[in-house]
Amino acid sequence: MEPSISINQLSLNFGALNVLRDLNLEVGQGEFLVLLGSSGCGKSTLLNCIAGLLDISGGQIFIGGRNVTWEEPSKRGIGMVFQSYALYPQMTVAGNLSFGLKNAGLPKDEIKARVDRTAKVLQIEPLLDRKPAALSGGQRQRAAIGRALVRDADVFLFDEPLSNLDAKLRADLRVEIKQLHQKLKNTMIYVTHDQIEAMTLADRIAIMRGGNILQLASPHEIYNRPANKYVAKFIGSPSMNFFDGQVGGGDSLHFSNNDLSLPLTGYDFVDPAAPYGNAYLGVRPEHVMTGPEASQAPVQIEAEIELVEPLGSDTFARVLAREMVLWVRLDGQATPHPGDQILLGIDPSRVHLFDKTTEERL
Amino acid sequence: MGNPIKNASVVNLDTRRMTAFPTSTTTQPLNAQEEMVGPQGRKPGKILSRRNIFIYGTLTLVALYYLLPLYVMVVTSLKGMPEIRLGNIFSPPLEVTFQPWVKAWSEACTGLNCDGLSRGFWNSVKILIPSVILSISIASVNGYALANWRFKGAETFFTILIVGAFIPYQVMIYPIVIMLREVGLYGSLTGLVLVHSVFGMPILTLLFRNYFSSVPQELFKAARVDGAGFWAIYFRIMVPMSLPIFVVAMILQVTGIWNDFLFGVIYTKPDLYPMTVQLNNIVNSTQGVKEYNVNMAATILTGLVPLTIYFISGKLFVRGIAAGAVKG
Repeated sequence: MEPSISINQLSLNFGALNVLRDLNLEVGQGEFLVLLGSSGCGKSTLLNCIAGLLDISGGQIFIGGRNVTWEEPSKRGIGMVFQSYALYPQMTVAGNLSFGLKNAGLPKDEIKARVDRTAKVLQIEPLLDRKPAALSGGQRQRAAIGRALVRDADVFLFDEPLSNLDAKLRADLRVEIKQLHQKLKNTMIYVTHDQIEAMTLADRIAIMRGGNILQLASPHEIYNRPANKYVAKFIGSPSMNFFDGQVGGGDSLHFSNNDLSLPLTGYDFVDPAAPYGNAYLGVRPEHVMTGPEASQAPVQIEAEIELVEPLGSDTFARVLAREMVLWVRLDGQATPHPGDQILLGIDPSRVHLFDKTTEERL
Repeated sequence: MGNPIKNASVVNLDTRRMTAFPTSTTTQPLNAQEEMVGPQGRKPGKILSRRNIFIYGTLTLVALYYLLPLYVMVVTSLKGMPEIRLGNIFSPPLEVTFQPWVKAWSEACTGLNCDGLSRGFWNSVKILIPSVILSISIASVNGYALANWRFKGAETFFTILIVGAFIPYQVMIYPIVIMLREVGLYGSLTGLVLVHSVFGMPILTLLFRNYFSSVPQELFKAARVDGAGFWAIYFRIMVPMSLPIFVVAMILQVTGIWNDFLFGVIYTKPDLYPMTVQLNNIVNSTQGVKEYNVNMAATILTGLVPLTIYFISGKLFVRGIAAGAVKG
């Protein structure tokens, strides 16, 4: 099937500064793609380029098979939602929704029908006559989403739409956006720095850094097979524990350093031929086994609890194992205290190895 | 076994010492309310504190000092000449007369014209309205383009405009005379309107640019996605959001243009002199008796327009200045 959005060799310079360089990306029809990265990684810039709000320096952008590289934002068949809602303050919600349609010269009854339909989908019908100042944050963002929906665009672009909302509302609207996508089946590109939003919403996640896409894959793969150390560290909370060491040992490969020697049987190497050399070992806090499981693990370490963060559902603890400091997840009902001794177990099939120099996955 | 009664009295003694009432003779256990000792609740404030007396005293003094000339003007304008000659400028009028006001408005002579200030008033109105409208419309579009449509050379254009604001008027007076003469507008109201509009441009453009820069960029982006062009965004999004800054610009221009003397006297001819020039001619006329009451009335009349504007829009003025100052 033809991709909904396709970006070829896109580059963007601000003067001498290369913000995006030779970026390629294809988004399938009806796909929910999340651009994820810390601030300044170029994710919002990329979205603005797709929307046509920034003039690109090189490359091409296709939306729906049409070359829109030189098209105005309004002619690209997109709807966009912004972080600050960007509702026109002097217009009512209905006015906000219909502004774009009026500009497009649609007949009045058509505009009314579309506004009503959109308001129904988003359940903002009672708010149509209110001005943005009289709405709460969640209602404003819903109206802003409505303004994008009403355009009947093929592609929706979301620029950190939930970042200004409080945690509870963010979770609610996240679910609504997901439901909306399941119902409308439009292509959506969603920019966020929040890994939970990315993991929960995305069909595929593109993790960006310094204007490059580091990994483009499903949430499952990003979590289980991060392509490099940055991605591994970025996804997961608390983030992955890393240890310095070497991979070696002839027939039975081992990862080893002063504190640890871990057999690598069962580890799925990217390239089984050349795994020797200096490396980082990564293991997620939730994959460190504790309790009865740990006593059956292939590798067992005695550790002392330093600090405890109870969350109710889980309890995270920072522990000291020999010279290594690592975070582990314990049961939410456990009540460990600093100074307690616990036994940790590590399963070699659930660790991650990264080359020390390139930081790529081994 | 210890004596329970004796023990109890020891406890009571301790409690009393803790509550810092050693002279108290009560043997009742203290209840909760009495136990809260020391400052509590709202801090009492004195209305007649030394600080308040100082602040309000100074303010009153300064206000009186500023209002005194106005008071003198008003009372003098309501007196007849014989009463003025007595020389008590602070005393209220014994016999109130509005004759000086009538004379100032419609009878006072400047040169050959003896129709008072009314001619100058209408001239000023004819200068003011087109100048204000023209300068604000152009400057607001300038500021909008500079803030939101970063065109090539925008920075250079803006720098030139601002530098223009620092060139002394005197340097430009004669060149403008020549330019107006060449296009045939010298001595006409149209010429003066153009001059006022041009000289208002730097400061107004700066004002509008700063205000529009403080409007969130995302709003502008949203309007572009919604298919609005340069003018649609300006008229439908930006202008309706910017009432305060338009009021500020209007106040600046109205007072500036109304109070202008130099351009008025240079670029027009006696028939078309604005009110300020005519006021000067009435007050400084060397023939006959100096009619202080008429002069005072004429001066108040001339100052009335800016004064009215301030009273009407004072609140919006402050809000607009603050709004423009947030981001620059």
